[in-house]
Amino acid sequence: MSALAVEKLDLHHGLLHAVREVSLEVARGEVVALVGANGAGKTTLLRAIAGAHRPSSGRILFDWQDITGAPAHRRVGMGIALVPEGRRLFASMSVEENLLLGRMAGRSGPWNSERVFQTFPNLAARRQAKAGTLSGGEQQATAIGRALMSNPALLLLDEVSLGLSPIAVDRLYESLGELMQSGTTIILVEQDLGRAMRVASRVICLLEGRVALEGATAALPREKVTEAYFGLNREAVPA
Amino acid sequence: MNAQTAFKVERWTPASRGAIGVVGLVALVAAIAPLWLGPGAMDRLSILFVYVILAVMWNALAGYAGLVSVGQQLFLGLGAYFTIKLADWGVNPFVAMVLAAFIVAAIAVPLSFPMLRLRGGEFAIGMWVVAELAHLLVNLDPLVRGETGTSLIALNAFDAPLRRNLIYWLALVSLLALLGGLFVLLRSRVGAAIQAIRDNEEAAASVGVRVTSTKRLIFVLAAFGVALAGALWLATALTFQPKAFFSVQWTAYMIFMVLVGGIGTFEGAIIGALIFFAIETWFGAAGVWYLVGLGATALVFSLALPRGIWGEIERRTGLRLLPVGYRLQIKLPGGAP
Amino acid sequence: MINTLVQGVLLGGYYALIAAGLSFMFSVMRIINLAHGSLAVLAAYGLFALAQYFGISPFLGLLIVLPAMAVLGLLLQRLVLDRAMRAGPLVPILATFGLAIVIDNALFEMFGANTRSLGNFIGSLSYDSVELPGRIFVGELAIGTFVLAVLLLGGLQLFLSFTSYGRAIRATAEDADTAELVGINARRANAIASAIALVTVGLAGAALGMRGTFDAYSGSAQLLFAFEAAVIGGAGSVWGTLLGGIVLALAQSIGATISPLGFLIAGHGVFLVVLFARIWLAGGVNGFLGRRA
Repeated sequence: MSALAVEKLDLHHGLLHAVREVSLEVARGEVVALVGANGAGKTTLLRAIAGAHRPSSGRILFDWQDITGAPAHRRVGMGIALVPEGRRLFASMSVEENLLLGRMAGRSGPWNSERVFQTFPNLAARRQAKAGTLSGGEQQATAIGRALMSNPALLLLDEVSLGLSPIAVDRLYESLGELMQSGTTIILVEQDLGRAMRVASRVICLLEGRVALEGATAALPREKVTEAYFGLNREAVPA
Repeated sequence: MNAQTAFKVERWTPASRGAIGVVGLVALVAAIAPLWLGPGAMDRLSILFVYVILAVMWNALAGYAGLVSVGQQLFLGLGAYFTIKLADWGVNPFVAMVLAAFIVAAIAVPLSFPMLRLRGGEFAIGMWVVAELAHLLVNLDPLVRGETGTSLIALNAFDAPLRRNLIYWLALVSLLALLGGLFVLLRSRVGAAIQAIRDNEEAAASVGVRVTSTKRLIFVLAAFGVALAGALWLATALTFQPKAFFSVQWTAYMIFMVLVGGIGTFEGAIIGALIFFAIETWFGAAGVWYLVGLGATALVFSLALPRGIWGEIERRTGLRLLPVGYRLQIKLPGGAP
Repeated sequence: MINTLVQGVLLGGYYALIAAGLSFMFSVMRIINLAHGSLAVLAAYGLFALAQYFGISPFLGLLIVLPAMAVLGLLLQRLVLDRAMRAGPLVPILATFGLAIVIDNALFEMFGANTRSLGNFIGSLSYDSVELPGRIFVGELAIGTFVLAVLLLGGLQLFLSFTSYGRAIRATAEDADTAELVGINARRANAIASAIALVTVGLAGAALGMRGTFDAYSGSAQLLFAFEAAVIGGAGSVWGTLLGGIVLALAQSIGATISPLGFLIAGHGVFLVVLFARIWLAGGVNGFLGRRA
């Protein structure tokens, strides 16, 4: 029973072919880790699923509906929320205002400001602070909270640990622990391979725009993933 | 690229060599035209030359330096005003025209320092405000007699046919000098700098292009050209009514010519001026609807055909008649260029 | 002198009113709408036509004209500004300038060269005044315009700060791409901002017509005043717009006491002085000369 299906997706940045004929499926409630070196196409893929990047070819299906042509703001209404790489908060607006923006799509569900502040307790004290003045960890929490406010069925997390101290990352994943068990479908991009494989039930490894490896984390030994990550075992690509 | 591919860097194309030849021929014919043209036609041609100057100068500022000014009428009016002043002090009117243009260029230099610090819309309207202020200040001069205006009386010293010929030749020479000068400038290092700035200002600055000085050069050059055009217009119109010279209508004409012809291309400005001249000749008498048409055309072109007529021709055919850039011709191993 | 200052402050209210829409559109969409003044004149003519040919008082006429301006704002955004914004930084200036030329000349074609006024249709309000201590008379209309400006600016501020659409508009202005990712329809947010801006333009047009005269080509002057007031006050600040309007009007009023042309000269002069001073303060003498520090 798949919540998300990506079929032979091609994504370009101008002339650069960033994602090549990628197909994948994510079941409802799964936590999938999307890993790969920088430039492998992970962020581009997430943005395409969220609607911020138009595919050159291929399809994206969400709950069996073809959403390939749907604009980003409509996808939020359907239940897809992206926490973008680099957080991308509205720096001139307060934490609370950033969160309230998450409600624009109008989806109903358990998430509201209070619940976000409960999940990220360090944020409660900074409620009225302008987002530009927050620490890295606080910003990341706000960005995730903003996405949660739209009560997503599919949550896309792009490199949430980027630029954070180890303690902040620990705290973040601790707060996310409950979320990860809650039944929300999650795709997360994470540089820290160990952490990714701890929280996810399945891992997909991208290399130069293609799926190099995919499988259940329980069944895949770490070394195999590392090999796929760096492309150590593939045949030479013809010139 | 492996060793088998050869490439050539060219500046001219066969078509453009031909075009330069044609331009030379046309200039020659135009120079001796007074021999057979009647007074009405010569007046109209002088006006055409003025329009071409205005279009090429506005294009240089907006299309090459990226500065959209809604206030170039400032220089037009000042060029005419200083011509009147100098003639009033006894200077030969034709000398006064050229001198006035230099005076205006000199004024443009200090003006450029604060104005070039403005961006986009601020620069556009800022220039308009300066034009309005200049209009008001000129009105304060008793010589001008407010909106009643005054005339370039000194021109009456010349009898009509000679006066007409002199104005015509001065207009033609000014046009060729400005066009030629700009063409040479754009093909020089300064021209490369200008195009780099137009493409990406920050990147240009990072490779050492002196952005502000380059823009200043174009700003002052455009001021000079427009002022000269203003002086020439005064000569054909004879009367100086500040309202007519400092009107923002002139900017509307310049924008129309450049947008329709093709912004950022040399050929485009010239074509735009020719089109405008033709439209004005046929429809100018239609009154205000003519202006509505101009505005609507500019609006539609800016949204739908931003490259203008020549820009589209260039894009589809790669035709370049007055090239200021470089062409890269690569010979692939198969032999096809 | 006191009288001059008081009249100046009240005139500033009108300038703040007409500058509000221009400033709002700039802070939300980074577009300076060169057709701004012409649109105000369009609204004034609309009210005039309703009063002259249908006998509808301008105040009632606003009930028709303001919604029409809102719709015009939506159309303007969809047909012109959306495309202009995507096409590059030069295009909005050129497109809105072309639009201004079209509006100005179309109005001339429709209504002719006569100057018009709404003053004939508002009864004694056009000249009623209130006496302040010191034998100073201030027009009721001028006071009303000032109060309207304050209410409008305050309303805009409240709207932007406390309503969800206001937040959406602010977010779109800051980062349209991320706004979309959060569920905001950026095109709709901009369209609503344009509609709001044009409603304020409609109010300014009404004030223009009631307090004085206008003709088809008055738009340029109104645009320049609006722009000057907005820039003097500091683009993007709602209350700055009020301050800017007052400073401009005071300069003009004081200039008028010196010479008939002094009104406009002082206004343009103070604008340039503030503009250049800001450049100077930002970078010192070197900044002024364009050299890097």
